[in-house]
Amino acid sequence: MEDKKPKYEVFVVNTAQYYTLHTKKYGLRKKWQADDPNEIRSVIPGTILEVYVKAGQDLAVGDKLLKYEAMKMQTILEVPFQGTVKKVLVSEGDKVKKDQVLILLEELNEDLT
Amino acid sequence: MSLKRNILDLRRRKKEAQQGGGEAAIGKQVAMGKKTARERIKAILDENSFHEYDLFVEHTGKDFDMEKKVLHGDGVIIGTGTMYNQPVCIYAQDFTVAGGSLGLMHARKITKIMDHALKMRVPIIGINDSGGARIQEGVNSLAGYGEIFYRNTEASGVIPQLSVILGPCAGGAVYSPALTDFVFVVENISKMFITGPGVIKTVLGEEISMEELGGALVHSEITGNAHFYALSEDDCFEQIKKLISYIPWNNTQKALRFPTQAPNFSVSIEDIVPSDPHYPYDIRDIIKAVSDSSDFFEIMELFARNIVIGFGRIAGNTVGFVANQPMYLAGVLDCDSSDKAARFIRYCDAFNIPIVTLEDMPGYLPGVDQEHAGVIRHGAKLLYAYSEATVPKVTVIIRKAYGGGYIAMNSRHLGADFVYAWPTAEIAVMGPEGAANIVFRKEIDEAENPAEMRKQKVQEYKDKFANPFVAASKGYIDEVIEPLETRARLIHSLEISEHKVDKRPAKKHGIPPF
Repeated sequence: MEDKKPKYEVFVVNTAQYYTLHTKKYGLRKKWQADDPNEIRSVIPGTILEVYVKAGQDLAVGDKLLKYEAMKMQTILEVPFQGTVKKVLVSEGDKVKKDQVLILLEELNEDLT
Repeated sequence: MSLKRNILDLRRRKKEAQQGGGEAAIGKQVAMGKKTARERIKAILDENSFHEYDLFVEHTGKDFDMEKKVLHGDGVIIGTGTMYNQPVCIYAQDFTVAGGSLGLMHARKITKIMDHALKMRVPIIGINDSGGARIQEGVNSLAGYGEIFYRNTEASGVIPQLSVILGPCAGGAVYSPALTDFVFVVENISKMFITGPGVIKTVLGEEISMEELGGALVHSEITGNAHFYALSEDDCFEQIKKLISYIPWNNTQKALRFPTQAPNFSVSIEDIVPSDPHYPYDIRDIIKAVSDSSDFFEIMELFARNIVIGFGRIAGNTVGFVANQPMYLAGVLDCDSSDKAARFIRYCDAFNIPIVTLEDMPGYLPGVDQEHAGVIRHGAKLLYAYSEATVPKVTVIIRKAYGGGYIAMNSRHLGADFVYAWPTAEIAVMGPEGAANIVFRKEIDEAENPAEMRKQKVQEYKDKFANPFVAASKGYIDEVIEPLETRARLIHSLEISEHKVDKRPAKKHGIPPF
């Protein structure tokens, strides 16, 4: 199963470079990215039942965004902060994957001065 | 005359029951490339050694017209036999009978042979080939699974428990194999999952084939649920026989002893390791260079390949090898490799198998995914397992032994009985590059040519710490040895440790970071 002449990858541990092979699982891992609170994403795959907002709409904390069904449970997603709807990326009846962006928001940055 | 009639009647009944699901069902089984349950048992045990029990057991299902159905042996064959002329218990689910589904009496047969194995202190081998719970029997089949899990746990660390997955093994059924010591899978035949592709598609809309979801390779390479991967059932049976030759029959015995054989590895042990510590080599070559007949039986070969575990023999006695593998991910420790090694160490400890650790690792795998996956908790398993183990423990530091990894890889501080180092060993808090950057930061930053200064300081650190002599001067390693002396040292260390006594405080059990 081994290659006769493996092609080594450079692998850095504590600033030292090592020549080695990657494993399949290592290759499959996802790069970490910080969450963007303006992106409303699906937590698990499911179906969009209702969409309550339109692009450009102003929102207050607690306003309903959409109704979502997954694992036979219905959940209503609410707005976590004051802002506006930038874009709605799904419509009613859509089947969505895990971690798919559903709605883009724009948080209202209050000018405190 | 009447006795003869009774005998003939018995023969007829046996013959009928032994047909299992009948010709058509057996034909289907064969068409799937699978052997029948009976053939499998015969292939694993010594010739003509199998004795069957409970052939005439009938199911007790009364609902959904089940009372009208005859299920021979209720879909499972149990019995005793021998391997290497030593007794073993075995059961095999018969997929030709109601899909090998598990009802109350099916489970009773399995728990009966498990109880027998535990009482007689002999290994138990379970062959799984079942569609799952027999829905018609409702909660009775769930009860059956639970009673099997309870016994798996009771027998754990007392008798060897082997699970062979030769068909589907889904839902609750997967947890019996998961509780046993070793799981064998075969390409295209083994399927293990909690929820199958059908449910996943309906509920989540994710489409995936059975093979991609829970096939043999997935469990060998990705999940780590399987320990041995084979391309055919015959190869799988050979693996089982080989494994059995390395392990004792129960936790009060030692493994079978074989005559001492010199290693016959083609490469000299002095020519395996590259002089530049940044270049890889196959650590298994060193294991082969020190093992009897250069024979190494690797476990979980495809999972977490950055650490190698498995059995070999030294002077005729089984030892468990745990070795960092520079060939993969530079041999770093991470969540998976810690889990893999820790469980193996606990296996060796439970079954009186000395542990030989070969160390060459640059530290822990850096990354958000590792930290968030709990590398602290997983890495702690390795510390726990080594510290807890009271079997003879010998370490040979081949090259890099940096930082927390140096401690984790069976250091003197965790209770190693003997620690040797090759002259190429580098025992330090971290590699020279990283250390020089910290220790000489000011000098490097303020130098006219920082790159040149860094190079100089790395060399300075290397000369001072990247060797085994600092640790040797503190007695943390017992001796710096030449590579060619390694096997002789291992033989001697294990001889000296033959009657090792290491008593720990009495307790119900520890609380390892599961």
